[in-house]
Amino acid sequence: MKITVAGEKKEVADGITVAALIEQENVETPQYVTVSINEEFVESGAFADTVIKEGDEIEFLYFMGGGAF
Amino acid sequence: MKITINKSDFDRIYEHALSVRPEEACGLIAGVDNEDGVREIRKVYILTNIDHTNEHFTIDPKDQLATIKDIRANGLKPLGNWHSHPESPSRPSEEDKRLANDSNASYLILSLQEEGNPVLNAFHVESVDGEKTVRKEELIIQEEK
Repeated sequence: MKITVAGEKKEVADGITVAALIEQENVETPQYVTVSINEEFVESGAFADTVIKEGDEIEFLYFMGGGAF
Repeated sequence: MKITINKSDFDRIYEHALSVRPEEACGLIAGVDNEDGVREIRKVYILTNIDHTNEHFTIDPKDQLATIKDIRANGLKPLGNWHSHPESPSRPSEEDKRLANDSNASYLILSLQEEGNPVLNAFHVESVDGEKTVRKEELIIQEEK
C-alpha cells in the first residue's frame, strides 16, 4: 500500500504498524520521537498496536528542546 | 558543512530573542540542501517556548507539526532548530546535547550574553558509540539575494 512518510510517498506492506515503520525507516533514537498520523499524535505506548492504513500521512518529530546549562 | 542564513532572518530572531529575554527563545529553520554541499536556510520560524524560562526551551509538538506542514507546503525541508542562550555562550550545553537526537539537523544557538553583540553559531550533533559529538558548522550570515 502507498503512504506518505515525512512528505515522501512510500510503498509499505499492508498492515504495517507504527513500531515496524520506525524500524524500517531506521529512525534514530526512537525514544525521542513523536509520531503523527494524519496530524493526530500517536501515544508512544501504542506504537506496536497502531496499524497504518493506505493513504496515511506519517510524520516523525524529534523532541525539540534544550537548556542553557 | 557550510550553512547560510539571511541577515533579515538573523535580525528577526535577534529582535525576538531580545523581546522575550530573560526567557529562552526558539524556533525551527527550513530551507534546502544544495548540491554543492551548502545548506541554505530560506525560512525561519519563531515558535513559543512552552517552558517560559531562562534555562530551558521546549517546542510544543503541535506547533512543530503545524510548522513542518508549512515547510513542506512551501517546498522546503526541515533543517533543524534555533534557540537563544540569554545569559550563556553560543555553544551546546549538556542539556542541548542530550536532547539533540537528529543527526540530520543543524542546531543554531544565539547568545545574548554580551549586550549589543549577539553571537549565532550552528552545530551538528551526532551520537557516536553512545557519546554525543558536536561539530561546529560554518555559518554565514548573508545579505538577501
